[in-house]
Amino acid sequence: MQALTNRSKVVVKKQMNFWERIYLPAILGGIVITIKHLFRKSSTVKYPETKREISQIWRGQHVLKRDEHGAERCTACGLCAVACPAEAITMVAAERVKGEEKLYREEKYASTYEINMLRCIFCGLCEEACPKEAIFLTDRILPTDYGRGEFVFGKDKLVEPVDERVDVTVRQTAAVLEFKKHKQYSHNK
Amino acid sequence: MISFFIYKAILVVGIFAITLFVAAYSTYAERKVAAFLQDRVGPDRAGPFGMFQPLADGLKFMMKEEIIPDFANKFLFILGPSIAMMTALMAGVVIPWGNSLVIDGKQYFLQIADLNVGILYVFAVVSIGVYGIMIGGWASNNKFSLLGAIRASAQMISYEIAMGLSIIALIITTGTLSLREISLLQTGGVGGHWNFWNVVYQPVGFIIFLICAFAETNRTPFDLPECETELVGGYHTEYSSMKLALYLFAEYINMFISSAVISTLYFGGFNFPFMNDLGLDQNTITILGTLFFFAKITFFIFFFMWIRWTIPRFRYDQLMNLGWKALIPLAVINIFITGLVIIIKTHYLN
Repeated sequence: MQALTNRSKVVVKKQMNFWERIYLPAILGGIVITIKHLFRKSSTVKYPETKREISQIWRGQHVLKRDEHGAERCTACGLCAVACPAEAITMVAAERVKGEEKLYREEKYASTYEINMLRCIFCGLCEEACPKEAIFLTDRILPTDYGRGEFVFGKDKLVEPVDERVDVTVRQTAAVLEFKKHKQYSHNK
Repeated sequence: MISFFIYKAILVVGIFAITLFVAAYSTYAERKVAAFLQDRVGPDRAGPFGMFQPLADGLKFMMKEEIIPDFANKFLFILGPSIAMMTALMAGVVIPWGNSLVIDGKQYFLQIADLNVGILYVFAVVSIGVYGIMIGGWASNNKFSLLGAIRASAQMISYEIAMGLSIIALIITTGTLSLREISLLQTGGVGGHWNFWNVVYQPVGFIIFLICAFAETNRTPFDLPECETELVGGYHTEYSSMKLALYLFAEYINMFISSAVISTLYFGGFNFPFMNDLGLDQNTITILGTLFFFAKITFFIFFFMWIRWTIPRFRYDQLMNLGWKALIPLAVINIFITGLVIIIKTHYLN
């Protein structure tokens, strides 16, 4: 039979010669190989001190944005929850009452908004689905925790603080904004 | 008489402390060496470069829950690690850690007991060490432990023969069993009395002894008694907390003692090259010699670890083949040739 590739090797059951049978030359070769590794640079990245370079459009922990006046942008339309392939997002909508105009941008808002980070696959479809520019994935790496309950992130962890805005401009490039104008193509099917 | 006891007490406590210290830091060194040989960093969180890692490990072992299985024989279960630890510590008694210090005209030997059958004593004590493993493995009432214990005893008995035979060849050349005298016979110096280290006279014996030392201390490539991949943990599967620590510690102490014995027998012990030609006084030579001795020991401990991360574990039948069919015949031939050379030297060349 003709070989498909030229990488195949014919196996021969070769008897080991004397030097191969006394192991020692092979062992010496082995210890030379291992000692060479002693002088190599270690490939460890010591995480909290040094961080490995991440992609420009890294999809990490989510943020719920506020507008320029500090009001929450989310209107609890539920498109993100529909778009989510992992079904990680749940929310409860509420109506804005008088006096809350500073807090919420539109008449309807999310009274609870939870993302189960253990379900989330960080695909970014919620961000793509959002018509209000409210949810974004950021370059923050999700913190670890001890219990499963702690990984259900509520509004306390998701909404950006008024005085500590999260920069998402890398994910809001002109091309993205242009794409978002025609978002009926992507999720209105 | 009182001063004699004080000097012995200081020596005993000092060597005990040093042994434990070296064993503790061997665990740290093991992890560091493993890491470096695999292009990693190793433990570096506890203190600078992870220097306090052994302390953290020790504390962890103390705080762990102690589990004695219901069906285990409690007395033997506790006796096992005790024997392993005790015998490991006992072997250090006869090793000459240095020559002698002269203080106020009195000579103090840096050796706890200079037995005239020193090397035999080491063998006797090390052989008892296997009882610790055997009793522990059997008392656990667990098939993996039992398999580990059986392997340990079979392995240690077979390799002890080759080890003993390799030593006989050495004793033929040195003519003494006392470790101190064997050390003194290797005193280096150019001025009139140039003695080579025994490894020059007994290279084959040294290789046999080294291989057997690996088997005796249950180190890779002969770590079949533990054999994590096949036997869970081997003889210490059921052990937890400080009793497990005693077993692991005993292994590191054994490694330390083996390195010391190898250095003493084959690499000049506390002697270093040109020691008598630098014009130093006795005490300086002794202290330097002790430092050199520890440098040699450190190298051999490193060598043990180096081999561990180079060679995979032997299969059980390969282990037995190597022991019975290769090392023992080789050791016998070595004795024969050594004896022949000695006879020719003493009868025909003088």
